[in-house]
Amino acid sequence: MNQEGADKSRRRFLTAATSVVGGVGAAFLAVPFIAYWRPSARAQAAGAPVEVDISGLEPGQLINVKWRGNPVWLFRRSEEQLEELDTIEDVLRDPDSSQPQQPEYAQNQYRSIKPEIMVLVGICTHLGCSPLYRPEEKPEGIDDKWVGGFFCPCHGSYFDLAGRVYQGVPAPLNLEVPPYYFIDDSTVLVGEDEEGAA
Amino acid sequence: MSETRTSGGLVGWIDDRFPMTKMWREHVSEYYAPKNFNFWYYFGSLALLTLVIQVVTGIFLTMNYVPSDARAFQSVEYIMRDVQWGWLIRYIHTTGASAFFIVVYLHMFRALLYGSHQKPRELLWLFGCLIFLALMAEAFMGYMLPWGQMSYWGAQVIISLFGTIPYIGPDLAQWIRGDFVVSEITLNRFFALHVVAVPLVIIFLVVAHILALHEVGSNNPDGVDIKKNKDENGVPKDGIPFHPYYTVKDLVGVGVYFILFSVIVFYLPEFFGMFIEAPNFEKANPQVTPDHIAPVWYFAAFYAMLRGVPDAFGGVVVMGTAVLILFVLPWLDRGKVRSIRYRGLSYKVALTLFALSFVLLTYLGTQPPTTVYTMLARLGTVVYFGFFVFLFIYTAFGLEKTKPVPERVTS
Amino acid sequence: MRKILLMLTLVVLPAVGWTAGGGGDRLDPEVDPHDKASLQRGAKLFANYCMACHEAELIRYNRIANDLGLDEDLVEQYLMFKPDTQIHDPMTNAMTEADAEQWFGVPVPDLSLTARRHGPGYIYTFLNRFYVDEESPTGYNNTVIEGTAMPHVLETLQGRQKPVYEEGHEDEAPVDFEVEEGTGSMSQAEYRAATRDITNFLDYVAEPVKAQRQNLGVWVLLFFAVFTVLAYFLKKEFWKDVH
Repeated sequence: MNQEGADKSRRRFLTAATSVVGGVGAAFLAVPFIAYWRPSARAQAAGAPVEVDISGLEPGQLINVKWRGNPVWLFRRSEEQLEELDTIEDVLRDPDSSQPQQPEYAQNQYRSIKPEIMVLVGICTHLGCSPLYRPEEKPEGIDDKWVGGFFCPCHGSYFDLAGRVYQGVPAPLNLEVPPYYFIDDSTVLVGEDEEGAA
Repeated sequence: MSETRTSGGLVGWIDDRFPMTKMWREHVSEYYAPKNFNFWYYFGSLALLTLVIQVVTGIFLTMNYVPSDARAFQSVEYIMRDVQWGWLIRYIHTTGASAFFIVVYLHMFRALLYGSHQKPRELLWLFGCLIFLALMAEAFMGYMLPWGQMSYWGAQVIISLFGTIPYIGPDLAQWIRGDFVVSEITLNRFFALHVVAVPLVIIFLVVAHILALHEVGSNNPDGVDIKKNKDENGVPKDGIPFHPYYTVKDLVGVGVYFILFSVIVFYLPEFFGMFIEAPNFEKANPQVTPDHIAPVWYFAAFYAMLRGVPDAFGGVVVMGTAVLILFVLPWLDRGKVRSIRYRGLSYKVALTLFALSFVLLTYLGTQPPTTVYTMLARLGTVVYFGFFVFLFIYTAFGLEKTKPVPERVTS
Repeated sequence: MRKILLMLTLVVLPAVGWTAGGGGDRLDPEVDPHDKASLQRGAKLFANYCMACHEAELIRYNRIANDLGLDEDLVEQYLMFKPDTQIHDPMTNAMTEADAEQWFGVPVPDLSLTARRHGPGYIYTFLNRFYVDEESPTGYNNTVIEGTAMPHVLETLQGRQKPVYEEGHEDEAPVDFEVEEGTGSMSQAEYRAATRDITNFLDYVAEPVKAQRQNLGVWVLLFFAVFTVLAYFLKKEFWKDVH
């Protein structure tokens, strides 16, 4: 080809400009295709916050509700059980809840807004099984001090009644506390902070 | 095509194991295309682009579409409303379907204008015809998926066409449906064909089409064989490398195409009821046929021919022949020159009438049949077929008075 | 370039021509998906007057709140009447299909897609063309759907609309309509505005993304215009080699 008439710098500039504009376009075009995989309105509706009536919840009793397809436990701890939480701190992995496994307002000794009412996502932080509720009797094969808690049948991890994980088990983290707040004394909304953020 | 390695590194490593650079040169950077391509030559690359658009958006739609009687219609509205950006991806797909036919029809008309079907490009033309046939099947089956009234009754009518074939017809139609009426069973198999089988066939045929093109070389508006005039390096004097010259030129075409495409997607997605028909916003109801059912515009010309014939099976034969006759065009057209620029006046007149008859038939196919319209449809059908008959007589018996063809392409 | 534009005009124009027209004597509501005030009024009228029987099951309340710029509390207060309805639920009512069969003899259609199926003019005209017909069980007939089973639920707003026939052609379709004075709470203009709002809302419900896509389209077109201009100059620069 006869390239004598070519203005090399102009050519280079136009090539670069077209490429950049085309690249920006491609990037914008990718947005809808990526967002297409995010939860749809239907999935969000199905995963919407759940209102739970806890007026009839007796100490020791646990209700299991479904939020975003996962089991969420709400249970009432007795005075005695709350006091006992202190006594096992030396065998726990993260007794002070320093890992971000709970909203800020639940980052306290009891990992809850009201000490007696506990809200937990019932999914083991190891590989996703749902642990069993063992408020009193000690599950077999545990040598640590037992003051009630949860035992995961899949790989033998166990947690106390604040969902805190024991040392030396496969699960690396405390059980997750979901965002929640009290609409009134007897109603909890699971899945949303008081300010409304999910 | 030099055999020496030009680069080391990764490219060199790959080139030792896979003909990457070689293919790039053969099909892009050292594929010499005539330098005088005009407007009509945009539609090949645009067709390829549209295929890519349809495949990508189609894959995404498949992720949320449910091919069942109970949920197909709802799942389309689910995509339109609940899935993030689902509306955009669906509108691109519905617009792309019609755009595909616009582009392909113009691409085929280009071939008639400049004799691209003539020797030595007969096989290239045949692959193209097969793509067109596969595209019709793909569009028809895709149109059924939203499971609206038009989807349902369109499928019912088209499948019934097979039922008019003597002896085997009724059994054949039932075999296609897999049921006594169009039902979920039919929907399921059409879904499988639409998303997997036919696209595979189309992609294979497109590869064959391009390989055949690059084997014989591109035709051009002068119909001149540029390979006859080569320089000392064996490069056609009237040829220019596809890349960068035609890649940048096609980029302009792509820009204009995307502008028009976006106008439709963002402002006229239904395109006056032609790209998405109003009755299709009502769920399929096997008990009630909509008042006026018409095929989508891109099938309308063939549908008008079908309706114009008073006999059911006769209509199907005419309609089928209208598509199949394209396959033998290279052997009907025995003209000595390719381009319309140098062909006889009668060819120009005949081709104009042929194109007008196709547009007329397309219009008639979307309208309810009246006595006048049916007569017009018959006239259009006669002109459509007349073109092929005329072309054969005109060229086989040496009646065509051609103008002298230049040695080199004109600019 | 000019040639290309000419070609495109030739291709597009006939397409536009042959689909326009039709629709008979439909009134045009001039729907506008960007008129949020109208959509809000329409939503309220729809929830109050239509939703006792009709549903729009393809739209969620929180989507309406979001698209129409309404607070979710307001939506709960003014649009959601069915007990135990959550903000993310679709617009459904408590009526069952069996109830509908018993009360009207026909199923009540869902109105989610009516505006796209029949066009907004169909809804608007229907709402404006109820007329007194003593022979009808509901006391009303309608020019859009002859012998409709739907009672004139907006009668208290519009008033009693009587048909005017051409003299000597009383058994044919009415040529005009007259509202008995003092029978409706709205003036005729107010009633037309109210029914336009309902129609506008139903047009929004049929395609909730319409306003959004029209807004986005401007940017997309601008982008492709810039791209095309750049590509055009790039092409011209490279093709200096050829010419």
